[in-house]
Amino acid sequence: MTTLHLIAAAKAPVIDYKGISPLFATAGGAVIVLMAALIRGRFAQRVLVPLLTVGALGAAIGLTIWNWHTGDSKPIVEGALAHDALSLGLSLLFYISGVATVAFAWRSRALRESGTGEFFGLMLGSIAGMTILASAENLITLFIGIELLSIPLYVLCASDVRRETSLESGLKYLVIGSVGSATLLYGLALIYGATGHTGFAAIDGAIGSGVKVTDPLLLTGIALAAAGLAFKASVAPFHAWTPDVYEGAPTPVTAFMAVATKTAAFAIILRFFLEALISAQVQWAPALAALAVITIIVGNVGAIAQSSLKRMLAWSGVAQAGYMLAGVVVGTQLGLQATAFYLAVYLFMNLAAFGVVIARERVSEHGDGLKSLEGLGAASPWLAWPMTIAMLSLAGFPATAGFIGKFYLISATVDGNWAWLGVIIVVGSMISLVYYLRVIAVMWMTPFKLELPGRPRRRAREVQPVAGWSPEADPRAQPEVLLVTLVMAAATIFFGIVPSPLFHLAHDVGTSISALF
Amino acid sequence: MTIYLSIILFLPAVAGLLAMFVPRRLAGWTLVTGTVLTLAYAIVMLARFKTGGGLQFITNDNWISELGIRYSLAVDGLNLFLIVLTALLWVPASLAAALREWDRPRLFMMFMGFGETAVLGAFMAQDLALFVVFFDLMLVPFYFLVGMWGGEDRVYATTKLVIYTLAGSLLMLAAAVALGVMATPAGGHISFSLATLQHAHLSGGSQYWIFLLFAAAFLVKAPAFPLHGWMPDAYRQAPLPVILVFSAVVSKVGVYGFLRIVLPVLPQASVHFQELMLAVAVVSILYGSVLAFSQDEARLVLGYSSIAQLGFILLGIFSLDPKGGQGAVMQMVNHGLVVAPLFLIIGYLAIRAQGRDSLDWMGGLAFRAPVLAGVFLIVALATLAMPGSSNFIGELYILFGTFQSKIVYGLVASVGVVLAAVYMIRFYQRAMHNPVGVHAESRDLALGPELGVIAPLVLIILALGVYPNFLLHRINAFAPTQQHSSQVALKR
Repeated sequence: MTTLHLIAAAKAPVIDYKGISPLFATAGGAVIVLMAALIRGRFAQRVLVPLLTVGALGAAIGLTIWNWHTGDSKPIVEGALAHDALSLGLSLLFYISGVATVAFAWRSRALRESGTGEFFGLMLGSIAGMTILASAENLITLFIGIELLSIPLYVLCASDVRRETSLESGLKYLVIGSVGSATLLYGLALIYGATGHTGFAAIDGAIGSGVKVTDPLLLTGIALAAAGLAFKASVAPFHAWTPDVYEGAPTPVTAFMAVATKTAAFAIILRFFLEALISAQVQWAPALAALAVITIIVGNVGAIAQSSLKRMLAWSGVAQAGYMLAGVVVGTQLGLQATAFYLAVYLFMNLAAFGVVIARERVSEHGDGLKSLEGLGAASPWLAWPMTIAMLSLAGFPATAGFIGKFYLISATVDGNWAWLGVIIVVGSMISLVYYLRVIAVMWMTPFKLELPGRPRRRAREVQPVAGWSPEADPRAQPEVLLVTLVMAAATIFFGIVPSPLFHLAHDVGTSISALF
Repeated sequence: MTIYLSIILFLPAVAGLLAMFVPRRLAGWTLVTGTVLTLAYAIVMLARFKTGGGLQFITNDNWISELGIRYSLAVDGLNLFLIVLTALLWVPASLAAALREWDRPRLFMMFMGFGETAVLGAFMAQDLALFVVFFDLMLVPFYFLVGMWGGEDRVYATTKLVIYTLAGSLLMLAAAVALGVMATPAGGHISFSLATLQHAHLSGGSQYWIFLLFAAAFLVKAPAFPLHGWMPDAYRQAPLPVILVFSAVVSKVGVYGFLRIVLPVLPQASVHFQELMLAVAVVSILYGSVLAFSQDEARLVLGYSSIAQLGFILLGIFSLDPKGGQGAVMQMVNHGLVVAPLFLIIGYLAIRAQGRDSLDWMGGLAFRAPVLAGVFLIVALATLAMPGSSNFIGELYILFGTFQSKIVYGLVASVGVVLAAVYMIRFYQRAMHNPVGVHAESRDLALGPELGVIAPLVLIILALGVYPNFLLHRINAFAPTQQHSSQVALKR
């Protein structure tokens, strides 16, 4: 081999700058936001930085749509990152939840405590990690994406620095997240050891030809990697951190984690299992099916006893992860479509629910307790309706997107000869009615008690309500939270009645992994 | 293609939405106007209905083509009268609602309107998935109606109601999806159209479990014996206009599902489980009758009597005999027609007994309120299937069919006929005769709104008693085709 050849071989990989532009928008946005936050003054902190954050996310959305294409994946960074409808479609979900988080966080205490620029900069960094994760093409980028996603989140969880539970939440997430990452890394190393490749396509090729699917090295690797990813997606029995961390983190961060992080985790679960390991499906599908069943049951049963809305939504998120995992187990194009569809639906209904929790916890002395919703139907229907819609959708009532999502998932399971898994989804939904309906009952079927400051307090531990608050002014006091909440609730209803646009996207996503044809 | 059915279907919901935005005083009347218009359209449809013409007024559009769900509505002899009945009974129910003072009336009227749309949709749907959508959707308005405007224990009652019924219908959702997917030939486009599903040949094993899931959903809704646990609580707590429609119309959706979906699509399983279903029917009849006899609250007398009546309907359906099927459809309409005025009467009695509908508080009203007593007697006798009432023909047909196929169940069910007389007469006697109740206030039905609400219903009962062929003739036309498939399976 001549020197010339060596130089040619050592040349940097081909980079498709158009394709990588959404990632630049978020990562670059993070830098710009951090710089802008150095400007002193109220305007810069309150207006400029959030606007720049939204601008960066808006640019990312635009660039993602510009890059939109269906069919075969298109390499961005050779062998490391590639675009297909799966990565592009799910990236849109990350950006949308980012925009929602900006609105949710704008008036939050966490933002003031940690500094505007730091908060939004970290969030953009985490979103950049998600983008990398969704378009990862090999084990290395997978791991880089996971870490880039997680590390800013550890900090964000602790960003309400004067509240002990927030710090505790950050620490817990850091410790458990690191264990998860380590497990994942160990698994990825074993997979590399067994197959000799890091690229997803190459791994699949190796399993198809040389490496036996029963190779213990490979199987151990798959098991450890699955466990690591299950940590990130809060799939039982690796979910135990979820309620604590969700409860302790500032609520806007919780909303972001519940929606964006879960979507990112599923993005890589879908890609990793259906692209790199599809040839070993016989081996991993029963194991994942067992995880799905455990997750559905544990999540739904765990949610029943909760009196904190954030904890309840955390457990419900665990259960919902179980439903989506069923779509992965099936290992068909239909399963991929159904999971992608459900992820989008999950975003709408959860953001609507979290919006209401945020709006209420700022004015109610009950914080994020279920009690904070008492009598909301009479007092502020503008908040009660989105919450009602979100709960009905999560429970799978018709005319909401959640119903269509479940319908889709169940038909995918039946179609892939996993009908019993569909029945488990249904059984889980039945259990879930208990706690979703309780939220609705509390809002509409209990009398509204005026909580005005200055009233004698029965327990001193309770949080003081914001001074000067009156129930009439409540929804209007936080128009940005209300707006996001209403938009998300409207989307939940809209896609429950006219799901076709979302189906088209899901269909595009379904075609992106060619191994499933 | 026609727009009739869509108008009937969505008018109540539109009226309900409008009621949200009019002044509070007018909310009730907006809904009443909407229900009256709906009824008018339903009558036009009835007049233009061609007896024996199969499915008519067909609307069949794409809705969610990716999942094979179509917006497909049609009417035949099976659902014709159930649609008219729904439109008819929602008028007195909404009138009764409009005449009362409610907390947050606009919301109440909206949910009442939505409820009618959901029930009508379930009756009209010719697509299994669409049926499931409306069947589940029905619960949302009733959940709020019971939970927000019910009695003391309303939250408990409404949660129980929803968990029972939604547990059933979620299982049905799984069964429906499975049915659609399994009936689709490999590579074909998935479809839930009932007409297509009817021609699908499913293996016995899958038919059996799908049947059981459907049966669970329908029996909860009906309610039938082992799955009726939500009924006493819901009936005790729900506001009267709500139980009126619940008992008269919503309960019919359950038994209707057997005729529309289960028998035609799962013939083999229907034959396989015939005895089981007949047993459920007979036990419901006896259990409902006995408990109806021992209740002290008027609404629970009617609640348990409904279990018995729906048992009769179930008996007719699972006699798997054309006569029995026709009788069942007739009885669905008849039961709705008599139970609605009975609930109104209970309401009136309660007004005269300090707002309570306990039988102990009533009594001795017959002499001082003769019109009320007379109306009550007519309706009560119709409930008993006195010869000359249209219930008589219905029950006769049902027993006829049962004796033809399974004589033992027919014999046991006949006991139920006697028991019905016992509890209904006890009810009438305790409310109307006997010494005057401590709290009873003798005030007759005036020529006011009270009589205006109830008189048309009584007239219809009388008219159908004189001329039951009006029903029978149109229902006859459907029965042979619907039950054909299970008949074929039976003969095999």
